[in-house]
Amino acid sequence: MNPAWSVIVFTTVAGAAQGLIVTLAVAVLLGLPLSAGFVDGALICALMLLLAGLGSSFLHLGRPLRAWRSVAMWRTSWLSREVIVLPAFIAVVAMWWLSPHLGLRLATPWLPLTAIALAVLLWYCTAMIYACIRFIQEWAHALTVINYTLIGLASGLLLATTLAAVSNQSPLARLLVPWAFVLTLLAWTSRTIALRRNARLKPKSTLQSAIGVRAPRLTQKSMGMSAGSFNTREFFHGASAAAVRHVRLALHALCFAVPAALLLIMLLGAPLYLLPLATLAQAVGLLAERWLFFAQANHPQNLYYQTVS
Amino acid sequence: MSETLAKQLALVIDLNVCVGCHACVTSCKQWNTSGAAGPLADENAYDANPTGTFFNRVQTYEADTFPNTQTIHFPKSCLHCEDPPCVPVCPTGASYKRKADGIVLVDYDKCIGCKYCSWACPYGARELDEERQVMTKCTLCVDRIYDELLPPQDRKPACVMACPTGARLFGDVKDPDSEVSVAIRERGGYSLMPEWGTRPANQYLPRKITPAFGDST
Repeated sequence: MNPAWSVIVFTTVAGAAQGLIVTLAVAVLLGLPLSAGFVDGALICALMLLLAGLGSSFLHLGRPLRAWRSVAMWRTSWLSREVIVLPAFIAVVAMWWLSPHLGLRLATPWLPLTAIALAVLLWYCTAMIYACIRFIQEWAHALTVINYTLIGLASGLLLATTLAAVSNQSPLARLLVPWAFVLTLLAWTSRTIALRRNARLKPKSTLQSAIGVRAPRLTQKSMGMSAGSFNTREFFHGASAAAVRHVRLALHALCFAVPAALLLIMLLGAPLYLLPLATLAQAVGLLAERWLFFAQANHPQNLYYQTVS
Repeated sequence: MSETLAKQLALVIDLNVCVGCHACVTSCKQWNTSGAAGPLADENAYDANPTGTFFNRVQTYEADTFPNTQTIHFPKSCLHCEDPPCVPVCPTGASYKRKADGIVLVDYDKCIGCKYCSWACPYGARELDEERQVMTKCTLCVDRIYDELLPPQDRKPACVMACPTGARLFGDVKDPDSEVSVAIRERGGYSLMPEWGTRPANQYLPRKITPAFGDST
């Protein structure tokens, strides 16, 4: 597939916001000592990320003004379900952020619990949009759901840790560092398993099954047009094999290895000012990760578009 | 999910006689850019990289090795699957399969241009119109085949009318006595990418290898 930046930004930014909210909600539920200022700042950060993600998702649409229509088919479409869960999640986070400002004392366990449930549901919906397409074999697997969840959790947890550090909540940041480290390693492991699985995949469709000719030697001589079409623009990333290798390297290094290494040395006592560096590295790495997620998806329609003439 | 309809209109394409003339491509474009499905965008039509929306393409393949090489001209359009994977994924309901005759259509007024249906079609049958920013696809000339102002013999998809070799048959594949059902039954009609269980309504008739004159085998 040709990765769309709108979707890359939306899924990574919203995923991190979900992880941040889950971290915050768990901290509240465990009764950790959180300053009101920190909670307020973290909620604002999550809201801004979610709104940026929502805005980015609109850029993917050819007809953004009709976006409201996309809630209609929730019975069958994971995209429709995502479109319903995302604003619900944003509303709960906004309510959480607003309630102390409005002097409301909302029942403590319910707001964080609802936020966690919606965050998890949103990861599930987002990932299922891809995992439910059975003939994109790179996506049609439980690992897609696991990776969207784990990568969102890991990036959100690291973001929460960084926010704690920069808002002078060092004890909280120190408490979160080991968890951010563990989650980063978990996400790295499951993403690596997915990459290995993708490398070993044998496409179920062949040119033979695509046109129904059983000849052992079968080649395309013409795709039927000279200068490309939607089919050649939407489903081919056009990057060289070397470029894809570099992105994969960036994925491993920036998304996981660098943050994990920095978290490890902070675990061993290094100063917390390394946290923004880890977050920055991971932000770039996340874009690489999501770009590769799309670029690696090998759509069977590509079999029909191999040779111009 | 897979509801069986009483009527399913479809094309049957005879790969023995398609000569790759692209008349079905141009007639499809002409009819649909002027009709209910249009206009179909053409960008840079007279430039170096012309591109545009088409519902139908003719591709060419080469099979086997010399001296048994065969050239296969292969028309490809929406297959109007009986279990179309593009329909349930549509978030707005713009993509739908008609219960009356099984045609898979897009309601252009409801489409938000998210392209998800095109991802969910293994055949690459859908094209986003770059000017209108809505998804488009073969309609089986739904605005032709029921038009009572046309003489009955003309109530067929434009591609079928245009084909000079009669490589394209049109009819109801659920009616066992229709021309298409007989062709599928008697000449070994087959589906594209059967491995995905989409049950395409359109079928293809396989090429029969004709021995060369004087060849005893």
